[in-house]
Amino acid sequence: MHGQRRSPQESVYHMNTATQSRWGDAIFRAITISFAIGILLLFVGIIIALWHESLPSIHKFGFSFLTSSAWNPVKDDFGAWIAIVGTLLSTCLAMLIAIPLSLGVALFLAELAPEWMKAPFGTAIELLAAIPSIVYGMWGLFVLAPIMSDYVQPWLADHFGFLPFFTGPAMGIGMLTAGLVLALMILPFIASVTRDVFLMVPQNLKEAAYGMGCTTWEVVRDIMIPYGKKGIAGAVFLGMGRALGETMAVTFVIGNAYHLSWSLFAPGNSIASTLANEFTEADSDIYLSSLVELGLVLFLITFIVLGIAQLWLKRGQQGGGR
Amino acid sequence: MKKTIFAAAMMAATAMGANVASAAKTINGAGATFPYPVYSQWAHDYNKITGVRLNYQAIGSGGGIKQIKAKTVDFGASDAPLKADQLDKFGLMQFPMIMGGVVPVVHVQGIKAGQLKLSASNLADIYLGNITKWNDKRITANNPGLSLPATDITVVHRADGSGTTWIFTNYLTKVSSQWANTLGNAKAVAWPVGLGGKGNQGVAAFVNKINGSIGYVEYAYALQNHMASVLLQNQSGNYVAPTSKNFQSAAAGADWKHAKGYYMVLTNQPGANSWPITGASFILLYKTQMNPAQGKEVLKFFNWSYNNGAHAAEKLDYVPMPKAVADMVRATWSKVLKDRHGHAIWK
Repeated sequence: MHGQRRSPQESVYHMNTATQSRWGDAIFRAITISFAIGILLLFVGIIIALWHESLPSIHKFGFSFLTSSAWNPVKDDFGAWIAIVGTLLSTCLAMLIAIPLSLGVALFLAELAPEWMKAPFGTAIELLAAIPSIVYGMWGLFVLAPIMSDYVQPWLADHFGFLPFFTGPAMGIGMLTAGLVLALMILPFIASVTRDVFLMVPQNLKEAAYGMGCTTWEVVRDIMIPYGKKGIAGAVFLGMGRALGETMAVTFVIGNAYHLSWSLFAPGNSIASTLANEFTEADSDIYLSSLVELGLVLFLITFIVLGIAQLWLKRGQQGGGR
Repeated sequence: MKKTIFAAAMMAATAMGANVASAAKTINGAGATFPYPVYSQWAHDYNKITGVRLNYQAIGSGGGIKQIKAKTVDFGASDAPLKADQLDKFGLMQFPMIMGGVVPVVHVQGIKAGQLKLSASNLADIYLGNITKWNDKRITANNPGLSLPATDITVVHRADGSGTTWIFTNYLTKVSSQWANTLGNAKAVAWPVGLGGKGNQGVAAFVNKINGSIGYVEYAYALQNHMASVLLQNQSGNYVAPTSKNFQSAAAGADWKHAKGYYMVLTNQPGANSWPITGASFILLYKTQMNPAQGKEVLKFFNWSYNNGAHAAEKLDYVPMPKAVADMVRATWSKVLKDRHGHAIWK
């Protein structure tokens, strides 16, 4: 995992020293540089396009766009707050469920599973990642939602109903179901990367620990997780990035309603599902512009989250990764 | 050797070119999902007779209006009619092509299709969030003898902008002053309660899944999904069922002749049997056709559909346009549709 990643600067450096004199390599170098610059231009271009298209909405609503919970196409009054909360809340729920689950799966596959089980189970987990998100959405709507409304939500309401999070009618459609579907979607990403990280823990470290009389749990807690901390964080952020922008699966089960509620049973909305639902039919300019600004907000959220992740990983690197 | 290959390639290219030319008789349209089943049936039949293909993308009414404004299609389709000044602004004309009904459907344990009676104000109050339980006095008062559970009402509406929503909220605006003052009539509104499904199919799926729910769908979807439709109180005070006959009754009284630019809304029409949430679906064309030959192909298709499409429409539970209206529309075509030089393209 660590070894495979080579930064662009390193690659250019290698080309510089070794083979600069040859024509072919010079051309090759020019082509690859143009590709790299092209990506950068594309990135900047997307930001500029989003910014430009959302100017009418930015002028009209200003900063209050981020804090207003209005969404009224008839009166042309728009705000992003409910969609932002929905995006962050569904992602948080998904991470809360997916991180412990995928750590468990990865540990089992890397350390505890008998040899004959590792390959088929590992492949099965990776295949989960290949299922298109719309299939997760349909499964969530037709299979998971009835289970949630008939069994899970009534049980939660009976046992934890004193908390505001588990109140209201058990519809099976809403924030909780959306979080659950998202968790299942990102689980294979986190699990398979984490398994690879665990497999890279040096055998002699583990053997030494076992030799000193450590239990499996102690080896996991004190050797494997600290050693793979950085890789695991990378896997988690990979999953988080996917959860933030996930569209179709969420649209199917989140309920698409512009209401804020403490209850996780209640329907909500996310930025991506709002865009998927309303883009084709947005008929006024300010409506369209507000939708584009929502896209810009999502872009910035993802950017900030991944930026923090990068910084954190860098800091970890300098500290020696432990 | 090279020459023969070149010649062969040239011949192949010419042959392909000829193919393309003969297959070029395709007319392109985009818009409302509400009439999509009947348009595709007509297109299928028409293609068998004439070989002309219709490529209709059911992307929604707003999308249809946007596409015709962007001139990417030959015609646009919308469930919400454009007002005359809007049409003039973009140089468009519109005409009604088909009519149908929007149907409130419920999923309440023990209630079958045609059992639950809803008054207009009750329907509005449910969608406003004023009535939240199925055994609310206001509902039971209209339903003597029907035992309604104390279940919470889950309101289901469209998540996407939609012509079906436009017709539905147009009706609610007419029957409820609170609705008219707070929410209004549009393809998407700020729903005070409930959850949103994507498309007619999405609403149907939510209503089928959630006990205690109510939604609204285009009639064909209610039939296909075996949903429990309600009896709705119409302007005359009668509780009527959603049937083709009752849609026709609502459509019968429409005064198309005096509707400027064919702007006509068929909700809450008079008539003892009229289904109150009936609507027409419209076709949008440019008054000035830059490619008159193509424009004529489009008109030929719709003309054929007016003349021969009634049976197919009725089979799909739509209401075909009466002959008098079709004649009126044809007269309008002759009058307003021109090529670049001002010659009429429909004679």
